[in-house]
Amino acid sequence: MNPNINPDHKLIEVEDLVTHYGSRMILKGVSLDVREGEIMVIMGGSGSGKSTLLRHLMALERHTSGTIRILGEDIARLGTRELVELRTNTGVAFQGGALFSSMTVGENIMLPLYEHTDLDRKTMEIMARMKLEVVSLAGFENLMPSELSGGMIKRAAMARAIVMDPKILFCDEPSAGLDPVVSSALDELILRLRDAMRMSVVVVTHELESVFKIADRVTVLDQGKILFIGTLDELRASPSERIQNLLNRRPEDADLDVDAYLTRLTGETVPGAASL
Amino acid sequence: MKHQIKEDNGALVVALEGDVDLKTSPDARKILLDAVTRNLPMVVDLSGVLYIDSSGVASLIEAFQKARKSGHKFVLAAVSESALRVLNLARMDKVFAICPSVAEGLAKVR
Amino acid sequence: MASNSQTSSITATIEKIGRTTVTAVEEIGNGGALIFESLYWLVMGRRLRQPVRLPSIFAQMMEIGIHAIPIVALMAATIGVMLAIQGIHTLRIFGAESRVTIGIALSITREFAPLITGILVAGRSGSALAARIGTMKINQEIDALYVMGINPVRFLVVPALLGTVIMVPCLTFFSDIVGLFAAGLYVNAELSISMAAYFDEVREILTTDHLMHGLSKSAIFAVLIAVIGVVNGAAVTGGAEGVGRVTTRAVVQSISAIVVTDMIFAFVVTR
Repeated sequence: MNPNINPDHKLIEVEDLVTHYGSRMILKGVSLDVREGEIMVIMGGSGSGKSTLLRHLMALERHTSGTIRILGEDIARLGTRELVELRTNTGVAFQGGALFSSMTVGENIMLPLYEHTDLDRKTMEIMARMKLEVVSLAGFENLMPSELSGGMIKRAAMARAIVMDPKILFCDEPSAGLDPVVSSALDELILRLRDAMRMSVVVVTHELESVFKIADRVTVLDQGKILFIGTLDELRASPSERIQNLLNRRPEDADLDVDAYLTRLTGETVPGAASL
Repeated sequence: MKHQIKEDNGALVVALEGDVDLKTSPDARKILLDAVTRNLPMVVDLSGVLYIDSSGVASLIEAFQKARKSGHKFVLAAVSESALRVLNLARMDKVFAICPSVAEGLAKVR
Repeated sequence: MASNSQTSSITATIEKIGRTTVTAVEEIGNGGALIFESLYWLVMGRRLRQPVRLPSIFAQMMEIGIHAIPIVALMAATIGVMLAIQGIHTLRIFGAESRVTIGIALSITREFAPLITGILVAGRSGSALAARIGTMKINQEIDALYVMGINPVRFLVVPALLGTVIMVPCLTFFSDIVGLFAAGLYVNAELSISMAAYFDEVREILTTDHLMHGLSKSAIFAVLIAVIGVVNGAAVTGGAEGVGRVTTRAVVQSISAIVVTDMIFAFVVTR
């Protein structure tokens, strides 16, 4: 770990976050923090709210109540210009890469620089190529996104996310759809970014291999609430059965309601219940 | 960007002061590129630079390449630990000659 | 007394009509808001360090306007000849076929050129816009713009809007000329009126009024095409099939809007 990092410095602070989608409550009072130079992995089954949490941390949605503070700023109170300023200090690598298909890889990576800085074109090009080197995509700057493989798209997306040396990097399911070798290389990259650039990384994933490899701390969400926050060791030692099931990929073995089960299997509808 | 340029026995010492980041690197770039056109061996004194980001490194690279093309030596000197880490991530430790002090830098370029 | 199922199906139909109307009003509202937001970015963009980029505007103008020239020329020429044929054929009944020029000139500049050009651009560029924005939305590219601090309206919508508003009137004027010329060729061939005499008469008939009637309508059509394309694209749900759906919707809606606006405009202006 880097000796110059202040572990008490909190880059992200979430307090009692409550969010809704229409009338449905998704996050039901979530509190967490992300510290300087740490990799925080957010895990949870589908429906746990982890994607929603990430979207709110990226300030893409309005929350119902609670506070989200990013780099010390309450995002609900920021004006447009201040929000843009904040965004230059955060980078996002989306699940599908979200590269712009009408631009080359290089132009994609340079876009934040083009829009937010007065740098000379030559400087921007060198910076883009530097980042491509970091993500092991050297020489690919003139290709179009449609010419890249899935793993390459994710790496290019990461290069774009880090081009302005952000303090926080958000990764949404970095390993999704990748084979283990490429996935592992991506994990290595995330570790390198933390170590060399002192970046805090928030990763949403469900790939346990990645979690064990890269996480400093883990947040486990379950149905909109936090089931666990702590270090990887604390996670492994947790006495909670749900967590042990999650870690060992054991499906939940709830008690079987024989009547309900038979009714479901035979397709009989119960009077008054909605049809399937 | 605050800077000082001195001539020392046929070599140029360019000292930059302050952070070299997205806002200030265009200045730094101009200073470095102008200095290279003076066609002298060059030492870039980074003792006054605590923070340098990728845009700063890119400016150094561009100036270095220009110096190489015109056949002149170009070394970095007195680089702080934090700046060194950023340079290393871009593998600049393999590209640049990095000297611990300006004096050693001058010795290297002459 | 109507049975339960009859009342409930009537209620269901009324509900559906109500819901569709509310959605339609919502969409018109969205469209209006989009226009205001676009104007806002056009004027204030530079001050907020998010100027609308000239290269984007030019790229849109090329795609919407320049690349449409061949098809617009073809359609305009065809319509021109068609009007000449129909006009002469009909006026022959009164032995007045030599008066066909006024009918051709007014129909082309006031109605056919703006209408056909508008419909063509709606099919070409309105669909392309909806498809582009729809695809970007499902690929999270719109989210990517937001998290990079780039406002999508300023980045995507304004260039497209400017592109249509500038190019559609230009294309309409172009189709005016091509249509009149093609009609003239037919008139010359059929009635042996010289081209010079034909164009003299055209110039006499066509006051700026008539031309502006057509061109200002085309500017309105342009706004409709862009806004309807964007609003539909942004409302996409459900993957690639969804993109196909919103694209079709955008074309149908913009063509309908063009035709209805055409009638309203004609009604209002001729009072």
